[in-house]
Amino acid sequence: MSGKPILHYFNGRGRMESVRWLLAAAGVEFEEKLLKSAEDFDNLIKSGNLMYQQVPMVEIDGLNLVQTRAILKYIAAKYNLYGKDLKEKALIDMYVEGMRDLNEMIMYYPLCYPGEEEKNLNFILERATERFFPVYEKALKSHGKNYLVGNQMSWADIQLFETILMVEELKSDILSAFPKLQEFKARMSKLPSIQKFLKPGSQRKEMDPMGLEEVKKIFKVD
Amino acid sequence: MAVKPMLHYFNGRGRMESVRWLLAAAGVEFEEKILKSAEDFENLVKGGNLMYQQVPMVEIDGLNLVQTRAILKYIAAKYNLYGKDLKEKALIDMYVEGMRDLNEMIMYYPLCYPGEEEKNLNFILERATERFFPVYEKALKSHGKNYLVGNQMSWADIQLFEAILMVEELKSDILSAFPKLQEFKARMSKLPSIQKFLQPGSQRKAKMDGKNLAEAKKIFKFD
Repeated sequence: MSGKPILHYFNGRGRMESVRWLLAAAGVEFEEKLLKSAEDFDNLIKSGNLMYQQVPMVEIDGLNLVQTRAILKYIAAKYNLYGKDLKEKALIDMYVEGMRDLNEMIMYYPLCYPGEEEKNLNFILERATERFFPVYEKALKSHGKNYLVGNQMSWADIQLFETILMVEELKSDILSAFPKLQEFKARMSKLPSIQKFLKPGSQRKEMDPMGLEEVKKIFKVD
Repeated sequence: MAVKPMLHYFNGRGRMESVRWLLAAAGVEFEEKILKSAEDFENLVKGGNLMYQQVPMVEIDGLNLVQTRAILKYIAAKYNLYGKDLKEKALIDMYVEGMRDLNEMIMYYPLCYPGEEEKNLNFILERATERFFPVYEKALKSHGKNYLVGNQMSWADIQLFEAILMVEELKSDILSAFPKLQEFKARMSKLPSIQKFLQPGSQRKAKMDGKNLAEAKKIFKFD
C-alpha cells in the first residue's frame, strides 16, 4: 500500500518549491512535514534519513530522496514528464538546468547584502530577459506546439511556468517582449492541476521574505 | 558513420573535467576544440550553438549539449552507466549530486579571496571528510560490492574516483580514515580505460594554477 510522498522542509519555497510544483502539476497528492525550529531539523538529522544532513528530503516509494535534482528527476521519470527518448531527455535537461540557474538566483535574492538589492534584482531581470526567456520563446516559436518538448507536457514546461511566475513577482510585465511565453503561461494556467495549485490554501508557498530570518533560525546560518 | 564527441572548453578542468572523465572511463574517444582567447569564445557564441552562451558544450549525436548535468546524464545513459531502473538511477543521482557539490567547492577554490585560502581549504576538507566521504564509505561497506550501485560501474563510481583524486591533490592523506574508499580507489585505478586516462599526455587536464586561472579570466572576461 503506497503512501503519499512526504516532503520534509521548512514552511517556505527555497529548494522544495519546484518539487511541490512538479507533483502538483502531475496531479500527485503529497504530504508535508514542516520544520519549524532548529530542534525539528536536529531531530530529522538524528533520524539518519538525510544522506548529507540536508533538506529537501522526500520520502517516496520506500526511498528517502535528497538533492533537489535527484528528487525532481525521479518524480519526472515516474510520472512520465521526462520525454520519450534520450534526445528529448537531453533537451528537457538543457532547458531545466538553465531555469534552475535562474531559480537559484531568485532563491538567493532574499539573502543578498543590505544595499545590494537593486543590483541583484537588475541582474536577475537581465538574465531572465536576455539569456533564459529568449531560449524558451524561440523554442515555442520554432515548433509552434503547446509544450517545449515532444508535444506533450514535461518537467520543462512545469519548471518554466513556475519560473515565469516567480520572475513576474519581481517585475510584473517581464513577459512584455515574449508573446509566445505569454500564450504558454495562459495555456498552462488553465490546466486543472495547475489551477488547483494556484488557488489560495493550496500547498504552494508564499514568496520567501527578504532576510529569511526563519530559515536562518532553523538551519543556523547567518 | 559515428563521429567522435567534440568538447568545447578552455584548456583547463573547470566544469568540463567530469565530462572528460566520464567519456574516458567509458572508453569513448573524444575530440576537443580548445578556446584559447576571448575571440575564440566570442566566435563560438556567435556561431549560435551555445543555448545560453555558455560552455561546456559537447557536440554529440547531432546535438549541441550544454549545461554540465545535461551533458553528463546523456553520456551516462547512452553508455549504460546509469543503473538499470528508476531506483538505481535515484541512488546514482543522490550520490553524484553530493559529489558535484564538493566538486563545485574545489572548482571555485582558486577563485577565493586572497587571505581566505586556508579557511576555504579547511572547509573543503571538512566537508569531504565529514559530509561526503562517509556516505560513500558506508555504502561500500554495507553491501561489500566493488561499485557504489547495482554491482556494476556507473557514473557514480567515476565521479567518486575523480572527486577522490582532486581532494587528494589538496591533502594527500585525505582517505586515511576511509579504508573502503582506499580499496575502491585502488580497484578503479586498475581499470584499463582509467589507467589510460591517468597516463601523462592523456586528455586529462592539469590542476588549475595561477597561469591557467588568468587564461580563463581572459577568455571568459571575468575577474
